[in-house]
Amino acid sequence: MDRFITLTSTVVPLPVENVDTDQIIPARFLKATSKEGFGDNLFRDWRYDEHGQPVSSFVLNNPLYGGSILVAGKNFGSGSSREHAAWAISGYGFRVVVSSFFADIFRNNAMNNGVLPVVVSAGFLAGIFASVETNPCATLTIDLPEQRITDNFTGKSEHFAINAYKKECFLNGFDDIDYLLSRKGTIETFEKTYY
Amino acid sequence: MRNGNNFRDDNGSARTLFDKIWDRHTVTTLEDGPTQLYIDRMYCHEVTSPQAFAGLRQRGLKVFRPKQITCIPDHNIPTVNQEQPIRDTVSRNQVETLGRNAGDFGLTCYPVGHPKNGIIHVVGPENGLTLPGMTIVCGDSHTSTHGAMGALAFGIGTSEVEMVLATQCVFQSRPKTMRITIDGKLGKCVGAKDIALYIISQIGTGGATGYFIEYAGETVRNLSMEGRLTLCNLSIESGARGGMIAPDETTFEYITKTVGAQPLFSEKEMKYWETLYSDSGSVFDKEIAFRAEDIEPMITYGTNPGMGMTVNGKIPNHCGHSSGETVKRALDYMGFRAGEKLTGKPVDYIFLGSCTNGRIEDFRAFAGLVSGRRKADNITAWLVPGSWHVSEQIREEGLDRMLIEAGFEIRQPGCSACLAMNDDKIPAGKYAVSTSNRNFEGRQGPGARTILAGPLVAAAAAITGVITDPREI
Repeated sequence: MDRFITLTSTVVPLPVENVDTDQIIPARFLKATSKEGFGDNLFRDWRYDEHGQPVSSFVLNNPLYGGSILVAGKNFGSGSSREHAAWAISGYGFRVVVSSFFADIFRNNAMNNGVLPVVVSAGFLAGIFASVETNPCATLTIDLPEQRITDNFTGKSEHFAINAYKKECFLNGFDDIDYLLSRKGTIETFEKTYY
Repeated sequence: MRNGNNFRDDNGSARTLFDKIWDRHTVTTLEDGPTQLYIDRMYCHEVTSPQAFAGLRQRGLKVFRPKQITCIPDHNIPTVNQEQPIRDTVSRNQVETLGRNAGDFGLTCYPVGHPKNGIIHVVGPENGLTLPGMTIVCGDSHTSTHGAMGALAFGIGTSEVEMVLATQCVFQSRPKTMRITIDGKLGKCVGAKDIALYIISQIGTGGATGYFIEYAGETVRNLSMEGRLTLCNLSIESGARGGMIAPDETTFEYITKTVGAQPLFSEKEMKYWETLYSDSGSVFDKEIAFRAEDIEPMITYGTNPGMGMTVNGKIPNHCGHSSGETVKRALDYMGFRAGEKLTGKPVDYIFLGSCTNGRIEDFRAFAGLVSGRRKADNITAWLVPGSWHVSEQIREEGLDRMLIEAGFEIRQPGCSACLAMNDDKIPAGKYAVSTSNRNFEGRQGPGARTILAGPLVAAAAAITGVITDPREI
C-alpha cells in the first residue's frame, strides 16, 4: 500500500444518497480473477448508456470535474461486500472518498486498499457540494496526521475520526495482513486454550 | 415502534449473546484499534476469493487452517444444463479457478453438480457446517444468514478473505449491539420475509449500520429455522454487520435433523451451546420493538430494500430515510408514481429462490398458494432451489410435479437471477417480483425493475399475472 499523509485535490461531486456497490461496479463485471481494470467500469451503468456511449450528464463524463477525491451523499457503499467496488474506485484514481455516512463493509474494504474514507458532518458535506457548484476548481485538503479536512474555497475545516491503528497503517503504508502474519504465534497460543 | 437507548444496570457482568461469542473468539484487541478475531469457519465462493488466493501465492504462504475453509461456487453457475461446461468462458474460468485453488491449497470443495452444491448460505446450515456459537465469515454480505443458527457471522471483503486464509483471523472493530424484539401473532400470509422488509422500511437501509442485531421476542421464537435464516439474511439490508438469534429447541432439532442424531459434538461444545443467550439484564446499545400484528404482506416500490410498503398500500410521497430527490430518482427508474397502488400492475417475471428465499419452506409456501391454479400466460417464472438438497426435498414432497402441472419449471440450484451473473437476467424495463434481497438499479440485469416480496406475494403474482394481495386468493 502507498503511504498517505496529506492530499490536496479538486473533487468529483456525486450528490446521490445510498450509492450501493452494485452501482459502483455492477455484478456482471465481477468475473475477473485479478484486481486490475475495474476502474474502467466504475459506475458503469450511470457512466455509459446501453450502447456503451458515455452519458454526458454523468459527473465522470463532465470535463469540469476531476481529481483524486470523490465526494458522495450519505450511506455510500451499501449492499454487497464486493471489494471490487474499492478496486474500481482506487483503479479510477481516487484516494479519498468523503461522505457523511459509509456502509461498514465498504469502509473496511476501502481502507484495505489505501482509499481513505473521510466521514464529515451533513452540514460540511453540503458545504463542499455548494463550493464545487460555485467553483468546479475548488479543492479539499485532507491532513491525516491532524485528522482535519479543509474546504479551501470557504476556508472551513472539520476534524475527522480514524482509529489509531488504521491511521498508523495509512501513514506508513502497512496493511492488516502484514501485521497479522507477524502475530502468528499469538494465534497458535490462542488455539491451544480455545480447543 | 419503541426506540431508545438503554443504560447499564447494576449487573455489569451480564453479557449479550453477541458479547459471549465475540469475547470467546478475541485473540487480542489493539489499543484504539480493532479486535483480532479468531474465525471458526470461512466459506469461499468464486467471485470474491481468486484475488485472495493470488495474494497467498505472491507471499508464498499456505492456508493456515485448511479444515476450517469450505469452497462452494454459486454466483456464476447456470441453472440449466449444469452437467455441460459453462458457456460463458469468463464465468467458467472463475468457477474453475475456485476448484483449482481448493485443490492446490487442500480445501474442501463442493463443485457444480456435487450433491452438496448450492448457495453457500443455504448449504452451510443444512450440512452442519454452520453451528451455534461459531464465528463465520465469507466474502459475501449475506453471510449474516448464518446468525440464525446462533452463530456470529458477517460478510467481509477479499483482503479479509486473504487474512483468514493466511492466519484464520480478521481485524474487526467491535460493532455496537442492537436488539430488535418482535412480539405478537403474525397475520395471514405474513412470513419472515415480510417481517424483514417491514423492519427495513421502518429503520432504513442505514438504520443498523455500525450495529450487530439480535432478533428476539415471541414472534421470532415461533419462526422455523428456515424463517430465521430469511430474517437474519436480510440484516445487511438495514446496514447491520450481522443478525443473530439465540439457539433453542428449534435450532437443535434442525441440527439433529440435518446432521444426524449421532453424538458428533464434544461435551465442551454442547456445554458452550447452553450458554448462548443474552443474560437477563444485559445491555444493548440500542433496543427497538415491533408488534407482529402491525406487519402485513410487503413489497418494495423503489430501488433499495428500505423502500417497502404493504402489498396493497399506496406508494408514499416521501420515504423517511431518503431525500425527495432520492425517492424521485427511484420512482423514475421503476416507472411508478407517488400515491399510486401497485396491486393490479402487470408483472413480467417471477423469481423464487436466492439465499433469502430458496429453502424448502419457501417452495412449500409458493406451491401451497398455487395449488390447483395455473401460471398466468404473461409470466416467465424462474423457480430456483437454493441447493441440491432443497431440490431433492421438493421432489420427495411431490411439489415439483404439482408445480410443473401448473405450468412452472424448476431449475438447478444457484444464486441465479438474484444478481444475474449467469444467464438468468431480467431484460431492461421488465418488472420482476423477486424473493431475493436487493432491488438496486440493474441488480437483476441492466435496466431490470425489481419488486422484492416473499414467496406468497410472488406466487399470487405468478398465477394472476399482476401484483396481488395473497390474502385475497
